[in-house]
Amino acid sequence: MVMSCAEVWREISNYLDGEVAPDLRAAMEEHLHGCQKCSAILEGTQNVIGLYGEDRMFEPPLGFSQRLHRRLEENMPHQKGTAFGWLVAVAAALLIVGSFEVGDSSAFVRPQLRSEHAQPGNGVPAEMMVIVAEDGKTFHAAGCPFIHDKARLRTMPASQALREGYTPCVRCMKKYLTENARYDADDDDDGDFISSAGQASK
Amino acid sequence: MPEEAISLDNPAERLNEEMLIRRIRNGEHEFFYELIRPYERRVYSTAFAILRNEADAEDVAQEAILKAFKHIWQFRAEARFSTWLISITVNEARMRRRREHAEIMQPIADHQDEEGNYTPRDFADWREIPSETLERSEVRQKLAEALASLGQKYREVFVLRDVQHLSIEETAKALGVSTASVKTRLLRARLMLRDLLAPGLGGNWSSKLSFAKGTKPW
Repeated sequence: MVMSCAEVWREISNYLDGEVAPDLRAAMEEHLHGCQKCSAILEGTQNVIGLYGEDRMFEPPLGFSQRLHRRLEENMPHQKGTAFGWLVAVAAALLIVGSFEVGDSSAFVRPQLRSEHAQPGNGVPAEMMVIVAEDGKTFHAAGCPFIHDKARLRTMPASQALREGYTPCVRCMKKYLTENARYDADDDDDGDFISSAGQASK
Repeated sequence: MPEEAISLDNPAERLNEEMLIRRIRNGEHEFFYELIRPYERRVYSTAFAILRNEADAEDVAQEAILKAFKHIWQFRAEARFSTWLISITVNEARMRRRREHAEIMQPIADHQDEEGNYTPRDFADWREIPSETLERSEVRQKLAEALASLGQKYREVFVLRDVQHLSIEETAKALGVSTASVKTRLLRARLMLRDLLAPGLGGNWSSKLSFAKGTKPW
């Protein structure tokens, strides 16, 4: 294939980008070999690409990076806000999961007792029938002398009483709470709970 | 040819970028600085090439990077992060240009027939680039002026392809044009620049340059 100068010019850019078919490339190279004009253009074009491709061609003005970072800082949401958002979401998810688990065999999943007043549901069998007073805060075993308003009582499983926000009576439900306390105390081997529980019951 | 030097990016770098992007999306925003550090200059020079003005270029570069941060979850892993960032920059710069130069007529070159053949005007032999050429600020100035004198559509293609080293496909995508258009415009841009620069760089800069203000040889 014999190429004219104009045909070579048309493909010179593709040639430099390696975008021409092998036979066209061969024909171009043959032409370039014998044509001073075209090889001057080829090399000049190559020089243009080389010069503009240099990294230092377009220098940003002094302080560009610092100003950019300052602007970013001003516009980024605060880290704490985002982390807090995640915590809220996780806590909400745990609450939902927790409320399903209450209905299972034991009233709460895992004893975390440090005071029988604070976290009182541990160890109370979920199915055990208990008595609550409509305006009271605690649930009781039948016959417990600490049942408040004897006229408005309801009987329900312990799990439901817990769901409704009642806490076990520290007197009649004591044995369940104490068992859990022992379990915890053995676990950490520090005996803290026993002594504080002792004070609380005095 | 330029091919090897250009479109292959380092796989380790890319992996690192993916990790950074994941962490930023998970709320660890401070990693964004690390992600963009290698590209800050490129964003600036892209904006500058389109806007031809330092102050506008800096402002648009900041806008583009901020936009990339806010929309980081839209980034798709099949593209290179750099290409995505450059596309955002091109769009921001074009918007700024439209806003500020709405009434100004495009250079004549923009209306020329893209398919028309370009005939080089100057056949000066320019075979060697002295290695220290770019050290000279007047040379950099001449190069910037020559590039600035091209019509916008040629300038954009040339900047993405030959200054930012995007591939032809990436350039086409970033500008929203076909690869055939990229090739045609690139040919013209390169030949025009060669015509503008060959007399000076091939011979000496004291000879009067034809791209003095206001003149367009094509």
